[in-house]
Amino acid sequence: MLQGLAEELRRVLRPDSVIDDPVRLRTYECDGLTVHRARPGLVVLPEAAEEVAAVVRACVARGVPYVARGSGTGLSGGALPRTDGVLVVTSRMRRILEIDLDDQRAVVEPGVINLDVSKAVRPDGYHYAPDPSSQQICSIGGNVAENSGGAHCLKYGFTANHVLACEIVTPEGEIVTLDDGPGYDLLGAFVGAEGTLGITTKVTVRLTRNPEVVQTLLAAFSSIEQAGEAVSAIIGAGIVPAAIEMMDALAIEAAEAAVACGYPENAGAVLIVELDGPEPEVAHQFAQVKALCLDAFEQRVARDDADRALIWKGRKSAFAAVGRISPAYIVQDGVVPRTSLPRVLASIDRLSRESGVKVANVFHAGDGNLHPLVLFDDAEEGAEERAEGVSGAILDLCITHGGSITGEHGVGVDKARYMPRMFTDADLDTMQLLRCALDPAGLCNPGKVFPTPRLCGEIPRVRRGEPEGELY
Amino acid sequence: MSASRPGGPGDEVLGVRPVRVERPETVEEAAEALRRAHAEGLTVVPRGNGTRLHWGGVPRSCDVLLDTRSLDRVVEHAAGDLVVTVEAGVPLARLAEVLSPAGQQLALDSPVEATVGGALATASAGPRRLLYGTPRDLLIGVTVVRADGAIVKSGGKVVKNVAGYDLGKLYTGSFGTLGLIVRASFRLHPVPAQHAYVTVSGREPLKAVLALLHSPLVPSAIELDGDASGSEVVALFEGSAAQARAAEAVRLLGGDARVGEEPAWWGAYPEGEVLVELRAKPSELPDVLSVGGVRVRGSAGSGVWFLAVPASEAAELVVRLRARWTAIVRHAPVALHDELDLWGPSSTLALTRRVKDQFDPGHRLSPGRFIGGV
Repeated sequence: MLQGLAEELRRVLRPDSVIDDPVRLRTYECDGLTVHRARPGLVVLPEAAEEVAAVVRACVARGVPYVARGSGTGLSGGALPRTDGVLVVTSRMRRILEIDLDDQRAVVEPGVINLDVSKAVRPDGYHYAPDPSSQQICSIGGNVAENSGGAHCLKYGFTANHVLACEIVTPEGEIVTLDDGPGYDLLGAFVGAEGTLGITTKVTVRLTRNPEVVQTLLAAFSSIEQAGEAVSAIIGAGIVPAAIEMMDALAIEAAEAAVACGYPENAGAVLIVELDGPEPEVAHQFAQVKALCLDAFEQRVARDDADRALIWKGRKSAFAAVGRISPAYIVQDGVVPRTSLPRVLASIDRLSRESGVKVANVFHAGDGNLHPLVLFDDAEEGAEERAEGVSGAILDLCITHGGSITGEHGVGVDKARYMPRMFTDADLDTMQLLRCALDPAGLCNPGKVFPTPRLCGEIPRVRRGEPEGELY
Repeated sequence: MSASRPGGPGDEVLGVRPVRVERPETVEEAAEALRRAHAEGLTVVPRGNGTRLHWGGVPRSCDVLLDTRSLDRVVEHAAGDLVVTVEAGVPLARLAEVLSPAGQQLALDSPVEATVGGALATASAGPRRLLYGTPRDLLIGVTVVRADGAIVKSGGKVVKNVAGYDLGKLYTGSFGTLGLIVRASFRLHPVPAQHAYVTVSGREPLKAVLALLHSPLVPSAIELDGDASGSEVVALFEGSAAQARAAEAVRLLGGDARVGEEPAWWGAYPEGEVLVELRAKPSELPDVLSVGGVRVRGSAGSGVWFLAVPASEAAELVVRLRARWTAIVRHAPVALHDELDLWGPSSTLALTRRVKDQFDPGHRLSPGRFIGGV
């Protein structure tokens, strides 16, 4: 069936935009979460919205599932292809179409790299605020799908807060623009829907004026509890830093081994606190922050941008750096209310000691977004399963403390099975009402986000344990 | 059991008198009311404090008016997390009182009489939308009662969360047509130590607006009030050094720029028979001001404008505005509704209808209140 589709699409797209050579298809078999793999049935590289629409219509006509992919840096398998379907790769839609500084916006194609937007407007004193760690390679279209955050989203918000409009190809192959016009806020629901409600073909993003000054503090504490107290004190003082990042001793050890970031020795935890904004504002608050970090045995203030980059180097390299101290690891992504951090970290520590599985903690402390790195040796029998067990137990901790199973990596295929721990059947059913409205055939990135697909047209279930309407 | 009584003249929604008024005191009672309406095939229109009950279309039918004002509990204020969870009937003024001892605020400039549910249902925001965004940006979790009475949630009570669809954004601004909002969690902000307003008038308001937008001074709001003959631009600065930044803004703007008080019109809609909300780009300000004969007020930094229009001129003006921009008639005398087409054209109307069909297949929730008779 896909053979016929390939031939049809070669008539619509440039012939070299359709890939069905098995060797080349393998390039696309996974995204950033390499544990899930599937060789796509067919890959297409459209260059315009009309081409994306033609592909989607052809898929719908044949009942073939399709999945969109940007740069493939996602960490939850959201762009995992279907062996029986088409992978729509947006990497050839990479033009910045318009920059409008007076209106503080830019219009870009979905394959444009996140950092390239900021680079394009840097000479004018602007940037694009969402800054996921992968910003040098991840695409804006992928950011839209995942509602990407980043270290600075504590103050500046997520992709959803910085996208003003999206042109999309709907799951039925129509080109529609979602914006703030009258009607339901479909733009708001589309951003973060993990590519299950259509394919982005054009994005209008908000541009943010660069701050007048940036101040960065590296504070080293002898224990993670002390670092946690400093975070509480800063937030409690009514300060909203641009970022507050924390790393524990094991994460510091890994970063040191990998990039020699020169963090203070023997630290139980380090905090990176960054303030930005108007000069008088930052000067006043930075003095407060330094005073609130009094328990730190060492404080370093970045003297210039190069110094700041060095402080961030350790943090930004932490995930990859763990490879230096462990043959394999799982990157977890969970959220807890910030005030629960000390209790949750103590519980993670206990989990680690009881199971003998090492966990390095790196996290966005300001918003309670944990990224525990669960270490294991893949050569050791049963080690991966034990690590998976600890990783899953950490998610349970997040849910127990009123948090979330994902703060920025998404649900994808990886966490769909955890969704029922956070939401009731009725909650999940209701979310899928939206899915049914836009994608009644269920062909747009199926099998992601939801553990059980809802058959569209089914009568919504009444919540368990509640009387049926007929009783009245 | 929720209080139930026959509808009276004071209960009318744009002239439509409800058969019955229900005033549930708990989420469970609200769900029970909706289950009953579902079983009996009754139409339901929610209301809060009525600050914007005259916005939107005339309901085609209103068997049950669902008064949310007794859903008035502050469920949890997690001050250390800068998060609050409240029931839909809590007025914003009371919420502000609850949050203020902790030095925190819900940074939403909706009229303080409005309930949380009403502010969400109408997606209304005020001057500080420039810095803090609108209700969609501050809402982190929501519980609604569906048309069939099921109690369902999306989001949560942590600021950072991408698990599942963000239905909170879909419900925000949906005018009660998708479900009854009963509980909401919001991200909060610290109350700034200082406020300072900078006022500048003159013939080139766009120049002032752009100077402020391109500056690194981070105003919380840039508002404008005026018409083609002249206007006043007022910027708000908030923070621990707001006064220093305001002084800097005065130097930057030059001319008659000065540090002043909050103007009397701040955050208020201009008064007129018809209120039109216009969305334009900030740089289109001169064109917006020259549409002629009307008072324009709004968020110059965000390009959201409110126009007060005499009834006799509304139809012609709205057609002219829509040739170029999004223009939503927020309120107008009922006799003009059909002619004005309150919501105007929408490229997503077909999708909006399909969403409605899924969430409320019987079209019993606030029928006719939203775009295209939804």
